[in-house]
Order: sequence, then structure tokens, then C-alpha cells
Amino acid sequence: MSAATSRLGGVRGFSSRHQSTSIVLVVIVVTILLPIISLIPPFSGFGTQKDFVGGFAAAGVFVLLALGLNVVVGFAGLLDLGYAAFFAIGAYTYAYSASGFTGLSIPFWPMLLVGALVAAVFGVLLGAPTLRLRGDYLAIVTLGFGEIVPVVFLNADKYTNGTNGITGIAQPNALGLFGINGFGFTNPWPYYLTIVAIITVVVILLYRLQDSRLGRAWVALREDELAAASMGINTITTKLLAFSIGASTAGLAGVFYAAKLSTVTPDQFGFTVSFTALAMVVLGGMGNIWGVAAGALIIYELQSQGLKQLGSFVQGLNVPVVALGPITINIGAINFLNYQYLLYGLALVIMMLVRPEGLFPSRRRRRELHETPAEDELTAPDPTAGDPSQEGGD
Amino acid sequence: MAIPDETTGATGATGETTGAPGTASLLLHAHGITKRFGGLVAVRTVDFEIPEGSIVSLIGPNGAGKTTFFNVIAGLSEPSEGTISFAGEQVVARPRRGWAEPFFWFAFPALFVIFALAVVAANLPISGELLVLVAVGLLVTSLVVAIIRPPWYVHLLQRAGIFRSARPNEMVRFGIGRTFQNIRLFHNMSALENVQVGMHSRMAATPIDAALRLPRHNREEAVAAEKAREWLAYVGLGDREDEMARNLPYGDQRRLEIARALASQPRLLLLDEPTAGMNPVETRRMTELIAQVRRDLGITILLIEHDMRVVMGVSDRVTVLDHGEKIAEGTPEAVRANPLVIEAYLGKGAASAS
Repeated sequence: MSAATSRLGGVRGFSSRHQSTSIVLVVIVVTILLPIISLIPPFSGFGTQKDFVGGFAAAGVFVLLALGLNVVVGFAGLLDLGYAAFFAIGAYTYAYSASGFTGLSIPFWPMLLVGALVAAVFGVLLGAPTLRLRGDYLAIVTLGFGEIVPVVFLNADKYTNGTNGITGIAQPNALGLFGINGFGFTNPWPYYLTIVAIITVVVILLYRLQDSRLGRAWVALREDELAAASMGINTITTKLLAFSIGASTAGLAGVFYAAKLSTVTPDQFGFTVSFTALAMVVLGGMGNIWGVAAGALIIYELQSQGLKQLGSFVQGLNVPVVALGPITINIGAINFLNYQYLLYGLALVIMMLVRPEGLFPSRRRRRELHETPAEDELTAPDPTAGDPSQEGGD
Repeated sequence: MAIPDETTGATGATGETTGAPGTASLLLHAHGITKRFGGLVAVRTVDFEIPEGSIVSLIGPNGAGKTTFFNVIAGLSEPSEGTISFAGEQVVARPRRGWAEPFFWFAFPALFVIFALAVVAANLPISGELLVLVAVGLLVTSLVVAIIRPPWYVHLLQRAGIFRSARPNEMVRFGIGRTFQNIRLFHNMSALENVQVGMHSRMAATPIDAALRLPRHNREEAVAAEKAREWLAYVGLGDREDEMARNLPYGDQRRLEIARALASQPRLLLLDEPTAGMNPVETRRMTELIAQVRRDLGITILLIEHDMRVVMGVSDRVTVLDHGEKIAEGTPEAVRANPLVIEAYLGKGAASAS
């Protein structure tokens, strides 16, 4: 804690002095509020509370994905378009360890850690060949990795059961943790509480990492890689740590996802997952842990509930069917879910134009994009300056 | 990297003639440095010595190769030829026995493959797929180790007589800190955070320490913040610690860069045009700061500078580069009177006219 923060009073002072406690408090409040909100009209009309809680548990998976991707993209500034690969690796790790396919039945809880570790190892494997790349080139290589992994799971029939995937994955056993009847298809509550617990731990760890030597190294790396190296930062290990920590979070999400659905198939981990997670990070506010989590929840709920409700709302308007010669326009029959990615694209374009720092930006990111006094243009380094040996040259 | 340089002992004696206070040993010795970019020779066989505790300046007209030479010393670009020793250890040179390094990458996987073949031959009930997986895992692990190059791996290579030049971050660990000609602060970090980043190489807490908030992390962070404030106060920015680097006035940004470099506890500080673009008052304050750093902290300084008042004011020794070649070297007075130097700066007629 710096002297500046310890001088603060009130809520901000408390939250900076007792960071982890504050995080737990906030999470508890949100955890209680979300199911209550789902009982209030108009939300209560959209589905039962059980449906909503199940939806929140599924949203939690994407919150985790966004949190992990935020480490790579938001903290370290490395664009990763193949993030779903680590999600897939985590999911298949659990599928192998607790299904009839391999005959193993290792419990869920230790596998959470194992899945995170396996994904972290693959994070290093992806990171290692991309160390010298940045920007567009890095994005293309990660995109390739993100495509390769599901294709391997698809085609390595003997080891992955191909398109059919692995089914009958064991669900977690409650260990008597919650005193609730345990995990099953009909009761979403244990899943909801489990994912909330996982998210809480991840958020606490990420906050601590962000406020450490490694966190500063990530920011320095993002700002100016060359200067960071010249200040003694090992850019290689710093990048690899970003990749592996980001990947391990996706691994956690994968294990939980496999356990919740009790089935994994390669097509669950396509590019759209990577893209959705990235959109959540960008729209939520790159670099801001809370912002990214909130962005992910909002986007997931808009996508799963909002679009459906928009459809039934429009249907309820009873717009007359317009017939123009051979073309009939039936607005009431539009299935907005089909236009999900069109709407994503639109939202991204609008956000980038109006509010590039995202809905809930980190303070640092907001400064980068907005406070640009005139004198900065004179002193800011040329971002295109590449090879140090060629600069100046005098 | 820790290969003792045989030449240091022999040339160490020449350091005594430079008038450096106190010590007489060479801190840095660059030998025969050449740097080519394609067909262009930016630096041609330059020998360069920095005695410990001195302030040495490198001057020359625009395009003389000063910054290129500087980047070679800082480990940012590898020289085409030549070697650099720092504090008696060779840190930059052409790779030696580089061909032998892959042996280390494949040694463990190969041993395992032999073991696996034995297992298969003995018909032991271990699945072949598992063996292949372990072999691939071993190979990948050793390749990743080679990429990360942890200190123990470097030591292992040295034992086998394999040498590779130090990376920039390793140069910082050896004790070389630097500033940049065009300021390269971390603009969206506060002044304090910039200095804390400078301390990175002198801190040891791992991500696990940080994630679990172990005492080691907490203690180190508290000490680092305190020290960073001291460095800010030292360069005269004690009251600006929460200011974003980008919002500092130009002169303060230059001072912050020096504080950031000092925070890495260098023995040699490389300053690339520290007074470029400054007004006379700022320049005078900067000159004082440079002299003060040497006086108080005993840090050796290499200066690239265009402002002759700065160079002549603080330097113990001046080296002049022109078209990538060293044309003169000596005390400021001697260099100022050298006809070759006058010619390089003002043209041929000027030397004879004066």
C-alpha cells in the first residue's frame, strides 16, 4: 500500500487497505442480489429463478474467461485471438479424468487445479514461439493456435472420440460444502455458488498480481518493451507468465464447464468463444478487473436473455407483415439470436468510436486514451520506432 | 557471461592515466567494436575504455555512430565484431561454441528415449503412448528452458565453454543502467511507479509470493516504495511521485529517467544526450546532477552529448567519433585543440584557419 492510498478515508480507503475482504464483500452482495433481481418484474416474466441461476452459472464461465484474457490483453498488452484453446484444454483435461471414456474418476476439486496447471503449460507452449511477435503478427499466430486445438480434438478420434466428444463426465460432488442436495442437472444453485467461489479466488489473486512487481512489469512491457528490457525486466519470462496465468484461468473455466455440461465436443471451443471473450474484455474495459467481470456478465446476459426477450417483445408488437412484391418483411418473426454476432460487431464498432476505453475503464487506460495534452505529442516516443539500433543514428 | 577476460589485467594499467579519482581499474572495456547495417558500417573497430569512477564523454557530429555504439554497450544490439568486458567479465562477444548448445536441449530427451527403448525391449507393461508423451514433454521443457535462459542454465553453458552475449536485462543485473535520447519513460505510470520498475532487477519476490502476499513480498514492496521515494527526492522530484510521467515537464522527465536508471543500482550509468532540448538553466541543473551522481554515489558515467559546455565541464575524458571511427581521445582540453576534431565538426578549412 502506498502512502497515497493509506491516506484515503471512507470506502476507498477501506477497499485499498483490506482489498481481499472488500472483494469478498462485493462478491457476496452481488451473489445475493442477482437471484433476487430475477424475481422482480419484468425479469420474473422471462423465466423462473432456477433458469436465471443456471444462466448466471453459465455466465460465470465467461466471466472467468474474460478475467483470464484480461491478463494477456489488458495487463500485458498481447493480443490473443486463440484463447478458447486453453478453455478447451481445461475442459478435456477434466473429461479425461472423470468419464467413462478413460475409466478414471478423479474428483472435481483437485482437477480444478490440475486443469489450470495443464492449461498454464500450454500457455507457455503458445507463448514461447510468439515471443518476438507483437500486434498483428501475434494475433495471427494465436488465432492459428486457437484453430489448431479444436481441430486436433476433432480429428484425433482415437483419443478424443471426434465429433461426438466425450460424454458422461462426472459431476462434482458437493463434499457437503453447501449443505445443498448436491450437483445435478436439475439444481443450478451448487454450480452458481461454485463458480462464484472460483471467480472470487481468481479476482483476489489477479488483484494481488496486478499490484506487485510482476504487475508493474506487465504495464511497463505494454507501454514500451524496449525500455522495459533496458530497465532489467526479463521480457521473455514476463510474457510467458502473462500467457500462462491467463491460460490457467481459462483452464479453470474449462474444468467447471465440462463438469456442468457433463459433455465436451470440439465445436464448443471455436473461434466464436475466443471472440466473445475478447469482446467482453474490450467492451468491459481492458485492464480493469471489475470492469471486465461486469462487462462479461452484462454481455452474456444480453446475449442469452436480452436477445430472446427482444424477439418476443417485437413479436408482441404485432407489426403487420409487409409484402413488397416477392419480398415479405415479417419483423415479428425475426429471431434476434441469429443476429447475435451482427449485433456484437455493431456494438464493438460503436464502442470503439464513442468510448474506446470500454464501459468500466481502468484509470490508466482512460488516461492513455483521453488526457493527451499538446506537449505530449512532442515528448511521446514514436510508437513505430522499432529497432533501437536504427533510431537517431548519430 | 562470467568468463574472465584475460585482456583486462593487461589494459587495467592504462586507466591510471585518466585522472579518475580513487580507483584505477577499468570498469568497461570495449575492444574492436564494429557494427554493420547491411553495407553501411556504422561503427568501425572502436576500442573504448571507461575507468571506474570517471565521467567519460562520447561526442561526434550527427551520424557519427554514437548512439549505435551506445546501444551495443547497453546490450540492445549485438556488435558485428568485437567484445565488451564489464568489471572484468566478458559480457558481449560473438557466440563461442554456439553449435554445442543444442546438445543441451536434446540431452535429456535422448536419455529418456534410450530408457524408453529399454522399457519396450523388456516388455514392461507401460503404454507406448505415455512414453512418447513424456519424451515430447521433456524436449519441450528443455527448449523452453533454453528460451527463458535462467541463470543456472547460463552457468551450465559456461561450464561447457559456450558463450552467448548478455541480453539487455542481464546487462542491468551486471550493473549497467541507461537513459534514452528520446525519452522513453512509461508514460502512463506515475513517477513513483517508473522508479519502482527501475528496481525490478534488484527485487526477488516471485508471483507466488505476490499472490499469497507472503511476508517476503510485503517487506520487499515496502522497502522498494521507500527507496523509490528517496531516488525521486535525490533528483529533485520528491513532491511529484503521484504525477503521471507524461504530465511532467520536459526537464523533469529527463530527471525521472535518471532516477529510474539509478534505481537499478548501476555501477555504470549510460546517459544518451541528457540535456538535449533543454534551456540553459535546465542544462546547468542537469550538469550539476551528473557531477553529483558521480561524487555522491561513485557511479561511473558514460555521456553522449552535443552541448560542448556540458561535455567540457564534467568529463574526465572525451572520445570523438566521426563516420564510425574513433578520431581522437583524451582530456577535454586536448580534444578541443585537436585539429582532426575541429575538422570533423567544422570542415577542412577550419582546422588550418585556427
